[in-house]
Parts: sequence; C-alpha cells; structure tokens
Amino acid sequence: MTAPQVQSLTCPGCGAPLTVRSMGRAVTIVCGHCHSILDAKDPQLRILQRFEAATGDETPLIPLGTRGKWRGAAYEAIGFQRREIEVDGLTYSWREYLLFSPYKGFRYFTEYNGHWNDASVVTALPELQDGSPKYLGKKYKHFQTSLAKTTFVLGEFPWVIKVDDDIAVADYVSPPYVLSSETVGEETTWTLGEYVQGPEIWRAFGLPGIAPAPVGVYENQPSGLRVSAAQTWFTFLGLFTAFFLIFTFQQMFAQREEVFREAYRYSQSGAEASFVTPDFNLKGRTTSVEVHTDADVSNQWIYLNYALINEDTGQAYDFAREVSYYTGVDSDGAWHEGSQHDDVTLPSIPPGRYYLRIEPESDPNLGLISYTVAVTRDVPVLGLYLAALALLLLPALFISWRAHNFEQMRWAESDHPMKSIRVGSDE
Amino acid sequence: MTQPAALCPNCGAPILFRWSSSVQTTCPHCQSILIRTDVNLERVGVVSDLPPDSSPIQIGTSGVYENHTFTVAGRIIYDYADGSWNEWHIVLNTGASAWLSDAQSQYAVTLAVEAEPLPALASVHLGDRFTWNKIALAVTAITTARYRGVEGELPFEYWDKHEATFVDLRSAGGDFATLDYGDAEPVLYLGKAVEFEALRLKNLRAFEGWS
Repeated sequence: MTAPQVQSLTCPGCGAPLTVRSMGRAVTIVCGHCHSILDAKDPQLRILQRFEAATGDETPLIPLGTRGKWRGAAYEAIGFQRREIEVDGLTYSWREYLLFSPYKGFRYFTEYNGHWNDASVVTALPELQDGSPKYLGKKYKHFQTSLAKTTFVLGEFPWVIKVDDDIAVADYVSPPYVLSSETVGEETTWTLGEYVQGPEIWRAFGLPGIAPAPVGVYENQPSGLRVSAAQTWFTFLGLFTAFFLIFTFQQMFAQREEVFREAYRYSQSGAEASFVTPDFNLKGRTTSVEVHTDADVSNQWIYLNYALINEDTGQAYDFAREVSYYTGVDSDGAWHEGSQHDDVTLPSIPPGRYYLRIEPESDPNLGLISYTVAVTRDVPVLGLYLAALALLLLPALFISWRAHNFEQMRWAESDHPMKSIRVGSDE
Repeated sequence: MTQPAALCPNCGAPILFRWSSSVQTTCPHCQSILIRTDVNLERVGVVSDLPPDSSPIQIGTSGVYENHTFTVAGRIIYDYADGSWNEWHIVLNTGASAWLSDAQSQYAVTLAVEAEPLPALASVHLGDRFTWNKIALAVTAITTARYRGVEGELPFEYWDKHEATFVDLRSAGGDFATLDYGDAEPVLYLGKAVEFEALRLKNLRAFEGWS
C-alpha cells in the first residue's frame, strides 16, 4: 500500500505539526504534543479543551496511521481514546481505536484486558422489549449500565469528543455480539460489536510483537465450547428416548423362556466338590441368559462357582455368586442383611446345547443348605442401558458444568452476577 | 439515457442531461447553476466553491438498490453542527428519482412518498413513533442544516436556500425515512439504510493512496 495521504496543519496551542487523515470528516483533532483538543470545523482550529497527561502516558497498541485490511477493505487507525467507568468504587478502563476507510467510513476496535471487539454503528433501530433490546431478530441481555468518560485521547474523531464528559453507556450481550447504547442528552447511538481474537488484528494490521493474552472472561466472549449445553442435553434426550424405546421393545418381546430348573442340597460331607447339570437347549438367536439361585440360607452363606459350558464348542462362561442372609436383633431392633435370592445375567450367549458346572462352597459348620438353580434365556437387560445412559450423561454434565462456569465468570463482572455458588473460578 | 446537448448560456459549453426530467443542473465548466425552461437553459446563479469532500461517490457513479440499477446525476451538500453530508440525486432504471445520502459513510436510499398527515416540526421529538406505508419508525435525529452547495442535475430548483430542518427516522427492520422541513409543506422520503457493499457501486472516486 502507498503512503497514507495526510493534510498538514499546525496546532494553535504549541505549534506542533498536526496530521489529518480522515479527509475533511474530522470534527475533533487532538494535538499529541500539548493535548489540546481542537475544533476541526474551525479554520483557526479553535482550542476546545486541553487535558493533562504526561506524554507517553498511554501508548496505543495500534499506532495512529497504521493501515491494514479488515473485512475486505483497507482501514487506517486515525483516533485513539481511553475511557473508564467506575463500578463499586473500582475503576475499569478500556481503549478504543477509531478506524477509517474513505469508502466504508468508520469502525472501532475496543480493547479491555486483551479482549477485542470490532464495533460499528448499527443501521437498523434496536427494539426495546421489557428493557432488553432485540436487533435483527436476536435478543440481547442487559449486562451493565454505567457512566463512561474519556480520560485520554489522540488523533481525530468525526464527532465532538471531550475529556471527562460523562456519557451513559449500556451494554447488552448475545455472545459473540455486544449491542451498546451511548446516550448524550436525548440522542442515543447504538453500536454492534463482535468479539475478535487479538492475533487476527495483529495479522491484519501487521503489528509488531504478539497480541497481549486476554485476562478473564469478557462480557461477549464466546465460551469456546463447540456445542452449547442445551445442544448436549438435546442430544442426550434424543438418545435417552431411543434407548427407552429399544428397552421397552425388548421388554415387550423378550421371551423369558425357562430352559432349566433343578433343586440341590449342599452338605460338607458330600463326596464331590463340583458337579455338572444335565444338558439344556438354548434355541433361536444369541440372547441374554439369566441364572437364578434360590437358597434357604438363614444366618448362613453359600458361594457358588458357576460355569456355563457349550457342549459342542467347549466355550465356558465362568462366574461366581454368593447367596447369604442374616437376621438378628440388636439395640436398634430387628435387622437383616442379604437375600435368599440371586440373579445374574450373562449378556449375549449364542444358541446351542449347554450345561452348568457348579462348585458350591460354604462353612462346614453351618449344616445342610438346599438351593435351586434356574436358567432363563432372553431376559431384558436393564443394567446395560443404565450403564450406557450414565456414559451418555457424562459429556452432557461436563459441558453443562463448563458452560455454567464460563457464564458465571462472564456475569460476575456485570450488573447481574449469578447467584449460585462460584465453582472453579478464582479471582 | 443521456439527452441531446444544450449549450450553457454563460460559457457555451455543451450541457448533457442524464435524466430527462431534470429541472436544474450545473455547468461543469463555469459552475453556473442552470434552470431548464421549456425552450432553453436559464442561468440563475453560480456555485460557490464546494467544501473539501470525502464522499467516495461522484456524479456518474452507478449502483444497485432493491434490484434496480441507478446512476448518480446530482447532489445537494448540507452543513450541520458536526460536519457535512451529501444527498446524492440518483435516477433508477425505472425512471424514478431518488436520494442516496452519505452522512459520515452511513448510507441510505429514499424516495419521496405521499403520506398524510405529516407532523408539524414543532410537535416532533426524538423517540416519537410514526407509521407510514405500514412501516413503524422512530425519530432518531433532528438536524438543522445549512444549504452548502449543489452539483449536477436535480429534480427541482434548488439554489437559493439557506437553512432547513431534517427529521431522520429508523425502523427495526432497517427502514430509513427523512422528513424535510425545508419548504412550507414537509416532504417525506422513505427507503432503507444500506451498507456500502450492498449498493455495488461502480465508477467511484479514486482516493490518492487508497486502492
């Protein structure tokens, strides 16, 4: 790009040369040497105000006169101001850079703690509904209302700007956008800002060094989560419904066919420690198989080592169950623990001829224990669904937690901090 | 669209009309303000030097508004407290005359419309709401401006004015309107606020150092 075209004038306050870049659009020019604010509309450049500031008190990160290409057009930085608000006795200040294109006019970059916004005056009029504006179909939430004043200014502006004048500013957010109103007297100007990454500006304007890293969460900063908590819960709900339907379907159509039932007795004196049952047939398709054990234990236990064995392939499914039941009376009254019944479900067993190998164990001093073993094929398996649902719940909970945390940090700086306990944010 | 040439009664330069209904034009050579009568051109004055101007638009710039192409034929320049703005007189390919305003690069296109009743200036305040042609608008600015100069073709005689008050209105949908209180009877101009890109302007002014 060729050198910026400038018009040369002299400051009436100190005689320093002034640079005018906005081609007759400037209303206010500020002398960078003596900090006189000059009336650009006056051929004599009447001094409107002079403000106190040490030279170098504030160095714009985008030096005036810097050009870059932004959103498809060439822009030049022509004005800079530092503004501040006071909230609960604390002063917060931010910086605004005025950019000019002879074709597209003005836009601003604002910077607070490394957070940047690209802002322009809106063309349509935001509609206020219950105090919240709606702009081009999007609703914005009130973030903060305050009195902003300029504390430092450089360059030129297409409006009258004065140091220390109060301007009522209200911000409404819908990340990554912020809609701001500035009211002077009866006249309100609305601007729309979009959150942008510092490095994008550094690249576009060829700025030296690297963009300062943003600190904290800014009012219209997007959370960075690629999905919203609502989307995650929507997906969860969809999968939950699908699971529920499949489960219901299984419940309705599960055959619950008992293929084996036999009663046994256990005594320590019995000769063989383990035995096998007669064959039974698992027909049809691969299904779940439930092994049910009933034992007449009373202040006793029995431990059963099971193996479900396919007679043809020799494939064995080993599992062990303990059935124990205790009752008694203590100072709190009657109590009981355990159960005389036990169910276990093997999730997917192919069809074929099977038998059980059973190896019971117990305390030899407990005496005789009668027990019944039953095998039922094709039973609905609730546990698997519960496990799957729990897994589905994890991302939804995690994203909700992250989103909640982020929103809490965002709103902590607003007029409407969230009331719940702060989680994970340290300030 | 260019009409057969007439000659400037002051300097004899050929005067071309871009729009057959133009009532007034300026001579590009001697800056005379010329009024078109039934038979010839009458010189009524001369344009004072125009202020240094930063609008990228110029006479002969063409563009598109709501699917109609247009050409810029003339302009009126106004001064107000915070600067100046241009009302560019544009001629649509429908033959209609309209205005493209460039106020600090905030662009809007409006057409004069018949609407009744229009409020008296004294009764208009910022924020007041009006509905014309079923468009609900709110007053966003009341500006008293000084006539600063003219250039090119205009649909009416406009050369000895001094001051006029304009009331700007906007809608939630991007509609834009101006009430012009420059004459005894107010005139309503209704249209849209437009983005620079959307106008697809061609034959723009070149700015030295800006490409």
